[in-house]
Amino acid sequence: MAKIGIIGYGSCIPRNRIKVEEIAKVWGADAESFKRGLLLEEKSVPSPDQDTITMAVEASRRAVLRAGIDPAKIGALYVGSESHPYAVKPSGTVLAEALGATPECHTADLEFACKAGTEAMYICSQLVKAGSVPYALAVGADTSQGAPGDALEYSAAAGAAAFVFGSEEDKIVAELVDTYAFMTDTPDFWRREHMHYPRHGGRFTGEPAFFKHVCGAARGMMAKTKTQPSDFRYVVFHQPNGKFPLRAGQMLGFKKEQILTGWLVNRLGNTYSGASPLGLTAVLDEAQAGDRILVVSFGSGAGSDGFVFQATGRLASVQKLAAGTREQLDNKKRYLDYGTYARYRGKIRMAEK
Amino acid sequence: MRDVSIVGVGIGHWGELWNDSLRDLAVAASLKAIADAGVDRVDSAVIGCMSSGIFTGQEHLASVLGDYLGRGPLPVTRVESACASGALAFKAGYAEVAAGISDVVLVCGAEKMNDLDGSESTYALGTAADQEYEGYNGATFPGLYAMMALRHMHEFGTTRRQLSLVAVKNHANGLQNPNAQFQMAITPEDVEKSAKVADPLRLLDCSPVTDGAAALILVPTELAKKLAPGGAPVAVRGIGHATDTIALHSRASLTRLRAVEVSAERAYQSAGVKPADIHLAEVHDCFTIAELMAMEALGFAAPGQSGPMVERGETAIGGRIPINPSGGLKSKGHPVGATGVAQILEIVEQLRGQAGGRQVKGAKLGLAQNMGGTGGSSIVTILGA
Repeated sequence: MAKIGIIGYGSCIPRNRIKVEEIAKVWGADAESFKRGLLLEEKSVPSPDQDTITMAVEASRRAVLRAGIDPAKIGALYVGSESHPYAVKPSGTVLAEALGATPECHTADLEFACKAGTEAMYICSQLVKAGSVPYALAVGADTSQGAPGDALEYSAAAGAAAFVFGSEEDKIVAELVDTYAFMTDTPDFWRREHMHYPRHGGRFTGEPAFFKHVCGAARGMMAKTKTQPSDFRYVVFHQPNGKFPLRAGQMLGFKKEQILTGWLVNRLGNTYSGASPLGLTAVLDEAQAGDRILVVSFGSGAGSDGFVFQATGRLASVQKLAAGTREQLDNKKRYLDYGTYARYRGKIRMAEK
Repeated sequence: MRDVSIVGVGIGHWGELWNDSLRDLAVAASLKAIADAGVDRVDSAVIGCMSSGIFTGQEHLASVLGDYLGRGPLPVTRVESACASGALAFKAGYAEVAAGISDVVLVCGAEKMNDLDGSESTYALGTAADQEYEGYNGATFPGLYAMMALRHMHEFGTTRRQLSLVAVKNHANGLQNPNAQFQMAITPEDVEKSAKVADPLRLLDCSPVTDGAAALILVPTELAKKLAPGGAPVAVRGIGHATDTIALHSRASLTRLRAVEVSAERAYQSAGVKPADIHLAEVHDCFTIAELMAMEALGFAAPGQSGPMVERGETAIGGRIPINPSGGLKSKGHPVGATGVAQILEIVEQLRGQAGGRQVKGAKLGLAQNMGGTGGSSIVTILGA
């Protein structure tokens, strides 16, 4: 069977940051307990005009640039997010138009809490594998919502990652070895129609939700590919906070150094649908030919997607073609005070228009 | 009045039991107790539960327990006295056997707390305080016990380190209890660096939110061999029960637990023993300060002397009077309605010599103290082998 895989990847991280101390100060909370308990330091914040679509466009342009393809040949394009700017009207059409992928392109907006991005990857990879389209673009992007004062406010962040899937062997930078999906009906976190902020089941989001599904998918993925933790140079887990992915890694038998390259959450926050995809982009920025990469996402509701990739010789030649993920995370940061952050995030009640 | 013995015990692992509902927990513990006793019938049952209505939306536990035990017409009574609901259920079961109303009585304590998030469960627990004077003014139990702790420190020089040592000891004991929610050793520094809850109390000064249940089978002592051929009977030597003001601010002293003092006096009197005769005790350490104040109210320490006594190791297993060998509420967990039953169950296992790595050697006389709120109700039970 022909090989398929990622032929281009890109990321977008907003410049704005807010520190855990700045949020804790406003709510009279103990910043140290968030820093120590959840391993969070700061998080990204979208600018007033930055949303899931604009970040998806920026990340996708970088992915198309690295892929070196004519965007008109993208036959399918999916945006996974839980913060699509419109309840009715697709994000995908705007993205496709901005990239020059219209009109011969199939699109859909996907939602599955924090794993909508890897759902897009899953579908794109299978369409390419089936030969239905030459190229397919998968995006995970979010400007996540956390209610003021809620524990989620310390982590809910913004970012996007995009991947072009293709089957031309000379273009593949990371071959997709196999995929695996693990899913149950577990209501740990949700936002109903017309609710502004999501609700969560507190500690229920841990063992029966995140750990059960992440570990279930990781074990299933390794069983299916007959691999074990030591076969991977890198592993990327969904990262709702700093602690959960490190603990999942420990439970599964991974070493910390396998996790840290794709572990962005301590200074990025939780980018929801963008979280494990962004971790993968950070790994692809550094991986070398032959490196095996395990990716396990998690979406509340709940489920996990598993992917095994293997970097090819071509990866090195595309890594520097666009801004890297750590580069965006570490540079040109702009720190916001809580007031500015509240304005940017639309948390201030304005006069009725 | 007939003498009463405990002939069966049932308990499972406590913790965040996401796959078990309140009825699952209550029935599992009850069936274990029935099997342990080897009884072929149950005449009556009492269930202690603080707040199933708020925690799970389910009231009418009498019918739930009878139904799911598969014993349809069984008479079941539900009893509530906040965090002392478990021991009060035991007292009700004891009275029923002693009075000759029933011969084989099942006493179950259960609480399912993790269906709610932290602030909702804090509200549910807060209903045990004085709603009109404490609740409406924003007081929570960590806040109320913090005031008691500050006053105890002010009056007696009790130290932050002495509070920490209570939690350290109970976690060390919990390591030996396979049913405990937290099986991990902690250091005084861990306690003092844990998240602030209400000054001076830190996270590791506080008992956790827990799902769990425990059950006992009571029979008349004279019929124990006949009714419960499988049980190793442990005699109920005395019970004392008392109440105090519901609101903390109504009390003459913030550092004395009058309900515990009076219930203890009544229990000692009915058992014909004194504090120095007790070999081990399970006390209500919902917060570390509560264990210190309970030690003083039970007569194990003079007022203000509980902290130094813990510091000297006298309450550790192997010490002069081991306190909370089970791990206490701190380490074993605190499913509020189940706690009082589980404390008595621990004493039974200790007196039977079946407490494994946490066994108090030569234990012949044990005491359990269970209280509600900030000490608004208290039940003290004394058992003898």
